[in-house]
Amino acid sequence: MRRRYLPGLLTEQREGRAPPAAPGLRPPGLRAGLLVAACLCLVAAALLAVLVGPVRLPPGGVVAELADRLPLVRVGSGLPDREAAILWQLRLPRVVLGGLVGAMLALAGAAYQGVFRNPLADPYLLGAAAGAGLGATLAIAYGPDTSSWPVGPLPLAAFAGAIVGVVSAYALGRAGGGRTTATLVLAGVAVTSFLTAVQTYVQQREAETLREVYGWILGRLTTAGWNDVVLILPYVAVSSAVIVAHRRLLDVLAVGDDEAGSLGVRAARVRLVVVAAASLGTAAAVAVSGLIAFVGIIVPHTIRLLAGSSYRLVVPLCLLLGAAFLILADLVARTVMAPAELPIGVITAFFGAPFFAVVLRTSRRTP
Amino acid sequence: MTAIGLRGVSVSLDGRPVLHDLTLSVPSGARLGLIGPNGSGKTTLLRAIAGLVRHRGEIRVGDAVPGRSSRKELARRIALVPQNPVVPAGITVADYVLMGRTPYIPYFGTEGRHDLETVTSVLERLDLAGFAERRLDSLSGGERQRAVLARALAQQAPVLLLDEPTTGLDVGHQQQVLELVDSLRATWDLTVVSAMHDLTLAGQFADELVLLDAGRVAAAGPARSVLTERVIRQHYHASVRVLEDPAGELVVVPVRPARQPASSEVAR
Repeated sequence: MRRRYLPGLLTEQREGRAPPAAPGLRPPGLRAGLLVAACLCLVAAALLAVLVGPVRLPPGGVVAELADRLPLVRVGSGLPDREAAILWQLRLPRVVLGGLVGAMLALAGAAYQGVFRNPLADPYLLGAAAGAGLGATLAIAYGPDTSSWPVGPLPLAAFAGAIVGVVSAYALGRAGGGRTTATLVLAGVAVTSFLTAVQTYVQQREAETLREVYGWILGRLTTAGWNDVVLILPYVAVSSAVIVAHRRLLDVLAVGDDEAGSLGVRAARVRLVVVAAASLGTAAAVAVSGLIAFVGIIVPHTIRLLAGSSYRLVVPLCLLLGAAFLILADLVARTVMAPAELPIGVITAFFGAPFFAVVLRTSRRTP
Repeated sequence: MTAIGLRGVSVSLDGRPVLHDLTLSVPSGARLGLIGPNGSGKTTLLRAIAGLVRHRGEIRVGDAVPGRSSRKELARRIALVPQNPVVPAGITVADYVLMGRTPYIPYFGTEGRHDLETVTSVLERLDLAGFAERRLDSLSGGERQRAVLARALAQQAPVLLLDEPTTGLDVGHQQQVLELVDSLRATWDLTVVSAMHDLTLAGQFADELVLLDAGRVAAAGPARSVLTERVIRQHYHASVRVLEDPAGELVVVPVRPARQPASSEVAR
């Protein structure tokens, strides 16, 4: 008796009338044009950021130099040694790092908004920022002098702090008896307040660290060559892969835990997996870049307003456009007051907020 | 053949008992109307059958066992139309109905051709093909209810649970939705259990009624035996007349108890 009903209907319709005519019914997803456009945005942003700096690099030479490194392409280097070194040792690692961090923050923001069904959720919602802040402050105040280490204690401490923050918030939220998202979010608020209090206390006791801690909290990308890239790449890769793989399920969670359950999806488990992945990636991003605000909110919402709200669109576009956005923000951060650098968090908010306001005013879609 | 069987089912929510020791059997292909005053446990019973709340006792839906079978397995056997479905912002009707295919899609998979064909045919059947690209939140109440029903039907589950399917609809749309459910039931051989507020419609669109009161079965049987003035007064604390229209159907109308003259003076 299991399959009696629908096949009957289908054949009946096929024989009776013209084939079912909802033309082009297809699963929600990324149209090829949009994907190509987003890729072009990313490539253009990256190229621009590589070219512009205290030493201007010639575009043709850079393209030739980059192409030459591709397998099976031999065009000869387009750049003299000094400029090639600037490209490979300074510009490119920073651009790649900016791209990874931007992609990760935008993606984690979208993921958090999806699993918490809360448009204000950002990657720092569950205490990742406060935990990382405390870890970084402790490392700056009490960390050993480690100029000879390949990786300083700061990123490690920030990473560990972010993980501790999220895990305590999650444990607290679950222990509170609630399986609802509100309990989790409130647990995140509690953990954030507590960790921030401890962090402020340490910072006040060790007043000479104030400036460095403050700079870290505003966020900045370092020019530490490829070390940081190598450090976070595995986390960003795993985390993005998990979130991208859950994009369809994020759409299902939009109808709430109960209805998702009646559609055969265990919402609490999906949420746990996605939050774990997003938090791991966020912790890695925070470890090398400090607390870059706003990217996790503004990029996903801009994409929703411009392209649509299905996570099958939002997730891949966040990956590409989050990267492009942060690469451009970093470009502005290091050029506008050159040779000094502005904290990148200032740029993301200063340019991001008005841009977002314009999109919000002009779009007819709902975020 | 029994589509849904309950034996000694009890449910507590937050430590408060809501259903007590229910025993019910719904034959395959039946139309069961679940009636009872607010808070009598209708919704909880539907949720228990769908495996969405913990229960004690035994529930069987076909060969699936809510609470023990996997969520996916249950979702292929039981489709639940909630009383107030969540409407995600910006979703199109087609995408919403496509969500009904979730129990057939592997965890990391995506909809295949068969899923799209199924949804297309469901949209056609429910006269929603023209709305496929419209946003769900732009539809009227009646159209939206059809879309929600379409999502449930896309689940291709032999058991359809409806929680107050006519909430917020005018009398014409109430009839349309219930007629639609009835014809779908006939086409696809569904077993339909609906929680209903309107007793007249409940009597018209169900073969059997189960009256719940305070989590217990207070009365069960064909409409004629359940919808009596005495039973309704006792369990709903309502004054009604149960009339019979010329076609032989029961009509339950509320009546106003005779008022005291003093209050009518005040009203004037």
